Amino acid sequence: MSPRRRSRAALFVVCLLGAAAGAAASAAPSSLVVCSEASPEGFDIVQYTAAVTADASAETLFDRLIRFVPGSTELEPGLAQSWQVSDDGLSYTLQLRRGVKFHRSKTFTPSRDFNADDVLWSFQRQLDPQHPWHALSPRGFPYFESMALGELIERIEKLDDYQVRFVLRHPEAPFLADLAMGFASIYSAEYAAQLLAAGTPEKLNSEPIGTGPFIFERYAKDAQIRFRGNPDYWDGAPPMDRLIFAITPDPNVRQQKLKAGDCQIAVYPRPTDIAQLKSEPDLKVLELDSLMVAYIALNVRHPPLDDPRVRQAINLAFDKPAYLRAQFGEGNASPAVAPYPPTLWGQDETLAGWPYDPQRARQLLADSGHADGFRLSIWTRPGGGPTNPNPGIGAQMLQADLAAIGVQAEVRVFEWGELIKRAKNGEHDLVFMGWSGDNGDPDNFLTPNLSCAAAKSGENQAGWCNAEFDALIARARGLSDQAQRAALYRQALGIFTQQAPWLPLAYPKQFAVQRGDVQGFVLSPLGSNNYAKVRYAP
Amino acid sequence: MLSFIARRLGLLIPTFFGVTLLTFALIRLIPGDPVEVMMGERRVDPQMHAEAMHRLGLDKPLYAQYLDYIGALSHGDLGQSLRSQESVWREFLALFPATLELAFAALIFASVLGLGAGVVAALRRGSAIDHGVMGLALTGYSMPIFWWGLVLIMFFSVYLGWTPVSDRLDLLFDVPPVTGFMLIDTLLSDEDGAFLDALRHLILPAIVLGTIPLAVIARMTRSAMLEVLREDYVRTARAKGLSPTRVVVVHALRNALIPVLTVFGLQVGALLAGAVLTETIFSWPGIGKWLIEAIGARDYPVVQNGILLIACLVILVNFVVDILYGLVNPRIRHQR
Repeated sequence: MSPRRRSRAALFVVCLLGAAAGAAASAAPSSLVVCSEASPEGFDIVQYTAAVTADASAETLFDRLIRFVPGSTELEPGLAQSWQVSDDGLSYTLQLRRGVKFHRSKTFTPSRDFNADDVLWSFQRQLDPQHPWHALSPRGFPYFESMALGELIERIEKLDDYQVRFVLRHPEAPFLADLAMGFASIYSAEYAAQLLAAGTPEKLNSEPIGTGPFIFERYAKDAQIRFRGNPDYWDGAPPMDRLIFAITPDPNVRQQKLKAGDCQIAVYPRPTDIAQLKSEPDLKVLELDSLMVAYIALNVRHPPLDDPRVRQAINLAFDKPAYLRAQFGEGNASPAVAPYPPTLWGQDETLAGWPYDPQRARQLLADSGHADGFRLSIWTRPGGGPTNPNPGIGAQMLQADLAAIGVQAEVRVFEWGELIKRAKNGEHDLVFMGWSGDNGDPDNFLTPNLSCAAAKSGENQAGWCNAEFDALIARARGLSDQAQRAALYRQALGIFTQQAPWLPLAYPKQFAVQRGDVQGFVLSPLGSNNYAKVRYAP
Repeated sequence: MLSFIARRLGLLIPTFFGVTLLTFALIRLIPGDPVEVMMGERRVDPQMHAEAMHRLGLDKPLYAQYLDYIGALSHGDLGQSLRSQESVWREFLALFPATLELAFAALIFASVLGLGAGVVAALRRGSAIDHGVMGLALTGYSMPIFWWGLVLIMFFSVYLGWTPVSDRLDLLFDVPPVTGFMLIDTLLSDEDGAFLDALRHLILPAIVLGTIPLAVIARMTRSAMLEVLREDYVRTARAKGLSPTRVVVVHALRNALIPVLTVFGLQVGALLAGAVLTETIFSWPGIGKWLIEAIGARDYPVVQNGILLIACLVILVNFVVDILYGLVNPRIRHQR
């Protein structure tokens, strides 16, 4: 090497070292990349129901007055610091947190902190048909409406800037838990007014402003969503400067990206891949009993299913453990005995359900006058979902087990929308169904699926209306004491088991996979994913 | 030539109406409606269902909905997505460059390799090279795209670590969209190394998407070349003492290109409309994936107008190919 070349090389090395030092001095922003399963439908969460939409909006951008403790269904203060419930259970007074800042964006600079006006705006918009924003949601407010909150809430009052009161038409114990759900997210009334004045209300959905732990930066449809940490977050700034959702619909590709280090967390792995993922040294599989139940509704309006002995026989005839292994894989779901999983309070631990006993099933059929069996239809859908990963196999297994006790079943497959519509009309005999709880309250499972009102509306696909059961769950709904409610639910579960309007199938587990060096990520039984406390240092 | 173009343009009008009618009818023939899909497993109360259908204008008779649709189209209004409430045109514009960029890269890969392989196989007819190339082409043509994509990812991305697993750009680069074409946007941005990263991201998807067109083009080029090489004028050219390269490139290939060009046109249409699987494997945010999701969500405006836009594009591409065809083969222009 000539002296001139040597000096050039030395200069190059010095420059490199200088650049490296400079880079170290101004540390690159820390980023957490999550391989998410789909694109959000939008960011105005009150209009949507999909979990992926809630993860990208309610969990990141917004707060609620009350929130779920991470990883549980317990409640803790959110934007409301405290609350009181009147003795008659009709009035809820909430004291709001002071000093909470709304996000700032290129087009919006908040002039004030969060206050009661924002709470009123967020609820009145859904409650009051005359509200200027009510008609601006062409999709309506699916959660708010399906939970009939319009009929429940009589009015919402602003007592002062930091105090609001909800007045209900009848006592409703799960109301506080309802306030922790995504559709109860708090929006900036000031931002909404600015958008309306500018004639751009659609930006509420595409350029969201909230008080949450992350600030919206950019969404590239079907590709990525970029957030930055909110340095002013009232519950402490998130450890990561940036949060990026890499939208990766294929579970195989999510796994490959996680292995390659392109993302640090991958949600919703396939249950059948769990065993292999657990053997990867750099990865950690998180698992949790979810708030889901898979079941078969037995239409009690169709004889001979109106006879409880026949329904019990069907319960006894089905080899549930074999079904669980085939559907979910070994250890990925537990056998269900009740309408909601044991992770929820108000469960009866002594409840054993109906074991697999074809002999007894045949005996029960004979007792009910059907020793020669009968014919019925099994309804299911073509594509799988979290509560029913492989509908075809499940229906065939049931068909085979029923044949063994002399019941000839025909499997009929309907597309989901059509299936719901027909099942609502009560056209089916047996139908595979599933339910996910959204607020951690047993009532959220029982009233929508097993009450007499639901039997009338068709939501209760078993069409089962038992006056005693109905009275128990209605009484529990009106009480605020959890121990008293739990006792009533235990009684109700006893009736449910004896009457057997369902064949409870499974409580599926939920999973996520992360790189070993990610800290602070916990699964929520409610199925949402929150990254506010997640830390990752490569 | 002008009357040829006019006749082709005249055909566009019935095609256009045919496409609108077909997409309008087909998406409504699928069981389920947008409100039921929107509610997912939560199911939906009949009264709420009726109200939501009314708000979306879907409670009108079908003919009225179709007339509304055509009326809006005549004003250039492609409507709004029922899901995102974004204008369909804006969503299309945001996603189409990704599809176009990928299709373009796949086409370059397929045509360069396909033409080369086809010519070589024809010149070495019956040799091991010919059998090898044609065997590979047949394998490529029959390869399940999904499997092929995952195999390439596992080998090149996970095992060798040469190429990224998916996406258009490493997520740690912050490149705001300007043109929507990632290769251009990365050049415009001040992020160092982003362009090369975008190029690396393009390699595997382009190979996967280009595999079938590559096989088709190679086989087509081979058979067209074989035919042309037997023609008298090629023998004459050789007899005149022209160099073998000149004979092949100028005399044989140009004439062999005529049928290849037709296939090429059809492949462009297929690449634009049919990149769904590749887009899904590589999380490529293009219009194929967009349409599939819209069908799943029964997002009628997106399905109707998205397919209409793609149909217009395919028609346009074939129109251009027809004109090119006339330029390459002067005999076509004078035919009526």
